[in-house]
Parts: sequence; structure tokens; C-alpha cells
Amino acid sequence: MNDLQGVWVYLSASPLLHLTMTMVAFQAASWVYNKAGKNPLLNPVLLSVIVVVCLLLITRTSYQTYFEGAQFVHFLLGPATVALAIPLYRQFDKVRRSALAILSSILAGSLTAILTALAIGKLLGASQATLVSLASKSVTAPVAMGISQQLGGLPSLTAVLVILTGIIGAMLGPLVLNLIGVKDWAVRGLAMGTASHGIGTARALHVSEVAGAFSGLAMGLNALATAILLPLIWRMFF
Amino acid sequence: MLNSLTLILVCQLAGELASVWLKLPVPGPVIGMVLLFVYLMVRGGISDSMTRTADGLLGHLSLLFVPAGVGVMLHFRLLEDNWLAVSAALIFSTIATIIVTALMMKWLSKASAS
Repeated sequence: MNDLQGVWVYLSASPLLHLTMTMVAFQAASWVYNKAGKNPLLNPVLLSVIVVVCLLLITRTSYQTYFEGAQFVHFLLGPATVALAIPLYRQFDKVRRSALAILSSILAGSLTAILTALAIGKLLGASQATLVSLASKSVTAPVAMGISQQLGGLPSLTAVLVILTGIIGAMLGPLVLNLIGVKDWAVRGLAMGTASHGIGTARALHVSEVAGAFSGLAMGLNALATAILLPLIWRMFF
Repeated sequence: MLNSLTLILVCQLAGELASVWLKLPVPGPVIGMVLLFVYLMVRGGISDSMTRTADGLLGHLSLLFVPAGVGVMLHFRLLEDNWLAVSAALIFSTIATIIVTALMMKWLSKASAS
């Protein structure tokens, strides 16, 4: 028993354990997701997060310790975002042909995200700080956290809401789009990226490169639109 | 493979610097994406090595969100206060955003095609 304890102490001090835990959990989640025919409700991010959180709670490991290992995966988010230029470049002809429609749709989506979140939150009695975080939920985390800090919200709460929005959009988005009869991959990607940033884009890339390219574009443009619109709207109403 | 990864990192770094210095409301990696896109336009194509590197990074984009997602465990408390307002707003606002963006795009592309 003591030997086992010793091995455990040794392993948990190195980044290897939690990096491997992240990879194995994701592999298992992907296997389930693919087995189920990429059913959006079995979102691999959600499944892996549930598995890892349970393992951390059982082993009483702090998030800080976990992140020492997981940071190597987390770091790649930046380069991966830059790499979204490649699908965008491949689809650029398509993008250029409908540039005006794309810009208008993202603008409409951005306004919808802000106004509906504020209205529903206000109606159900959310505090001011929560309202700010809710209003910026659809944009990529660093932008959302910056906006909410600027308007007196809680950046940490904002980060959580952003992740949850990404997962909700990736899970429900494809079903909603089927329901309203939208089949065009470009349109589907644009909607996913506007509403649920990178996690929506990851889901879009699973099913179609066209959807992924439009989703990455929408993620970037919605970050810009929300950063400009939300402070204006906030000052108008609060 | 190595040179395209280096180029991606250079674009990201330049994006981060631009974001901080010019106080742009967009994060560094998104500006890096624009810079890499401009580079590809100027070059007039994507090298095989860049294709492989980008496919490698984007092939498992979902994986990269797992560490941040696990961070939700730190903030369960924050969600307790307004859980009803928060969950209703997240779900319905996300669905509304998807519907409005998609229908607007569908309608506008149809309008411009005819």
C-alpha cells in the first residue's frame, strides 16, 4: 500500500499524469461520440470534462495541479485558432461572393445573443454582474472576459458561461438547424460560430470543412461585433 | 511541418503584440488568423506542410477545450446563485442566436441569388 502511495505521489507531481488523463478521457469520449454517429448530444468536450472532473474530485486533486499537466493541450488553442486561416482561405471564393450577407447575419446574430441574454436574465432576476457575463457569453473567452471586466462583471463567471454556451450550442445547434430546415453547410457553420465560438466551430469541423471555415470566420467577426456593440447597449439600458 | 508551425506561432505572437499595443478588442490568436490569411493570399496558395500542420491542429480542436472546460469545476458556486436565470438565458439565447443568424443568412443569400 505504501509503495502504491509512493508511486501516486511521484506521478501526481509530474505533468505526465494529468496530460495523459486528458488525452485518455478525450479518446474515450470520441469513441462514444463516433460510435453514436457523431450525435451532437454526446459532445466529446462535455463527456471528457465530466470524466475528468469526476476523476479529480475522487482523487481530491486541485484544478491547479491538473492544469500543470493539461496546460500543454490548452496552449495549442492559440495556434489552432491561427490555423483556422487555412479552411477560410480554401473557402474564400464562397465567402467573398456573399460577404455582405455574412456580415449582416453575424451582426443580427450578435445583437440577438446580447439582447435575448439580457432580457431573459433580467426577467428572471439575475444580478447586474451576472447580466454582463450572460451578455458576452457567445464570444470567444478572452474577448468575453475583457468586455465583462470593462463593464463591471466577473471575468471568472464569464469564462464559465462562455464554455457552457459553447457546449450548449455544439449540442443543440445541429438539432435546431435541422428543425428549421437549414441544410447549407455555409449557413450552418455561420450560425454555429456566431452563437457558440470555438466549441461550435470544433463541432462544425467534425462534419464539414465548409461549415468549419464559416464558423471560424463567424467566431472572429462576432468577437469584434460584440466588443463594439455590447458596451454601447449596456450604457443605453443600465 | 516545422516551418509551418513556426509561421503559425509567429502570426500568433504578432497578433498578441498588436492586440496589446493597439488595444484592439480582438484576441491575439484571432488577429494571428487574419495575418496568416493575408500571408496565404500574398503567397497565392497553401504549402503541403502547412496543410498537414493545420489539419493536425484542427483535426482535434475539441480536445483543446477540455482543460478550460474542466475549469468549470472551480466556479460551481458562482452558478448556484442565479442558476435558473443563468441556465434559461444560456439555452434560449443560444438557440435564438442560431435561428436568427441562420435564417438571416439563408434569406439574404436567396435574395442576392435571385
